[in-house]
Amino acid sequence: MRALKNPLIAALVVLIVASALGLLTNSYIQLIVLFLFVNSIMGMSLNLVNGYTGQFSLGHAGFVAVGAYFTAVMTTKFPVPDGLAGLPYFILISLGSGLLAGAFGYIVGLPSLRLKGDYLAIVTLGFGEIIRVSLNNAPYLGGALGISSIPSMPEVDLGGFVVSNYITSLLFAIFWSVVCFFVIWRLLKSSHGRCFLSVREDEIAAEAMGINTTKAKIQAFVVSSFFAGIAGALYAHFTNYVSPASFTFLMSIDAVIMVVLGGMGSMSGVLTSALIITVLPEILRSLKDYTGGVDLRMIIYSLALILIMILRPKGLFGDKEINLNWRKNVGSST
Amino acid sequence: MEELLQHLINGLSLGSIYALIALGYTMVYGILQMINFAHSEVYMMGAFFAYYTAKYLNLSSSPGFGSLAIVLVVTMVLCSLLGLAIEKFAYRPLRKAPKLNVLITAIGVSLFLQYFAQLVFGADPKVFPTLIEEQTLFTIAGAPIKSFDVTILVVSLVSMGVLHFLVYHTKLGKAMRAVSHNASVASILGINVSRVIAYTFIIGSSLAGIGAILVGIKYQKIEPMMGTMIGLKAFVAAVLGGIGSIAGAVTGGLILGISEILVVVYGSSQYRDALAFLILIFILLVKPAGMFGKNRIEKV
Repeated sequence: MRALKNPLIAALVVLIVASALGLLTNSYIQLIVLFLFVNSIMGMSLNLVNGYTGQFSLGHAGFVAVGAYFTAVMTTKFPVPDGLAGLPYFILISLGSGLLAGAFGYIVGLPSLRLKGDYLAIVTLGFGEIIRVSLNNAPYLGGALGISSIPSMPEVDLGGFVVSNYITSLLFAIFWSVVCFFVIWRLLKSSHGRCFLSVREDEIAAEAMGINTTKAKIQAFVVSSFFAGIAGALYAHFTNYVSPASFTFLMSIDAVIMVVLGGMGSMSGVLTSALIITVLPEILRSLKDYTGGVDLRMIIYSLALILIMILRPKGLFGDKEINLNWRKNVGSST
Repeated sequence: MEELLQHLINGLSLGSIYALIALGYTMVYGILQMINFAHSEVYMMGAFFAYYTAKYLNLSSSPGFGSLAIVLVVTMVLCSLLGLAIEKFAYRPLRKAPKLNVLITAIGVSLFLQYFAQLVFGADPKVFPTLIEEQTLFTIAGAPIKSFDVTILVVSLVSMGVLHFLVYHTKLGKAMRAVSHNASVASILGINVSRVIAYTFIIGSSLAGIGAILVGIKYQKIEPMMGTMIGLKAFVAAVLGGIGSIAGAVTGGLILGISEILVVVYGSSQYRDALAFLILIFILLVKPAGMFGKNRIEKV
């Protein structure tokens, strides 16, 4: 068990268990496992803005959409460049999705992050909707129909041993989840991250200490949108299909619930609630017959939001992490 | 010319509906400094209350001002109760909590009511019963004036008049203004702040109920998701006029309604919903306090 405290070994164990679970069961479970990672990236990235920087964004789905559409367009409308086949190509495309989403985050963040609290929530909600409506009205991007037949991850032939595309997808998702986790984790330990936290705790005091609060907020927002774009790229590869209807306000709410439920400012909290958010709709799916097709999930989510705010305002985990030893390990690695 | 007049009247009636709903946002904001996201859902529930009232009393068989008055009163009472319940169960426990928590709760209440309504009333749109017969009452410079638009204008003018009287000429109104100015000093001077807040929710919610009936009369289609867009636009109207200001909410609503109709007529209907957001972003960047709002200096 002691070895499990090493993050790398723990990640490997999780990987083996997850792939064993996925391999042994059907493709439905496999897709849920993949989506667990997409949701984790979405939750972790939003946590940087909503949890650590204390700015309330309600437009995360917009950035996921930007990333997903970039991947969709690049993989379906342009040929694969020579000598760039396989995984490097996919990583490059997803990197591009992230960068484009990050650029959008900068454009959106620059005017809107001057606002506070409620106003910021409304403006980000508005931007999310504007992105969705523009996608709906862009014929090149397929309009309301969206873009289909986006390629999945390729199979890899390792000298006779063929790695199935589920495994490569899983590896790809794990790769980006780990990158996202460590970038945000290390960022928070840096002076930039301390600026984010101070903005959350008291903006006026932070400004009095000489912190450029607008700059700190925009930095957090851009990094967050970058990873939202990555989540979008993964989404596009895993579902093979993107349409504006996938990136509604409800997706932003999903991300917000992950942050609020897990604890604003706790990575392990967000990961735990990502698990809940991914699995819960699948469990509730069977109840749809009794409710006349109405999604019970949203009723549960909304009640959860209200009750958590009243009973446990800091979320399930608050700003604590699950494994303090792990934290020490990461902390001493520099 | 006739067309322009027609569009202006259309815009005016749409704008007065926005104004009625914006008043609810602005009054709650003035007193609690929070955006009541659930307000748009109170409006939506109001439409369904009116629908079922008219259905069970079989009022659509005898349209006229009598039926309209009955539906108005019942809906206003039910909406006030709903607003009161939201205030008591969701917002009151968080009176001293950070703003972000209140905001998240408000979003939670809004989502809950939306999906609860889908569960109870069904997700498909319903046809609103005829409370006022559609007919042309008279013409001004060749433009026909419809009974719908006259009803909407009269009802909203009367409600705004009553509101004005309530806020500026009664003891309750004085207490409300005092609480919005400084709640702690008001409570030292013997004003029951909780009661004033409850009354604010009652007034705001009944105005939302009136707005819902007027929308039902004009557009004849109601559904559980109808609150989202109109709520956002009413909120924009409130911000445009200066949130917290009653005159501002009315002016903002009228400006938004008229400009929206003009954009639909002379531009494209696709930009209809984008317009509100553009106005919002523009106002927040240029003059965040709105037209009638005062800049508050942030003190530590």
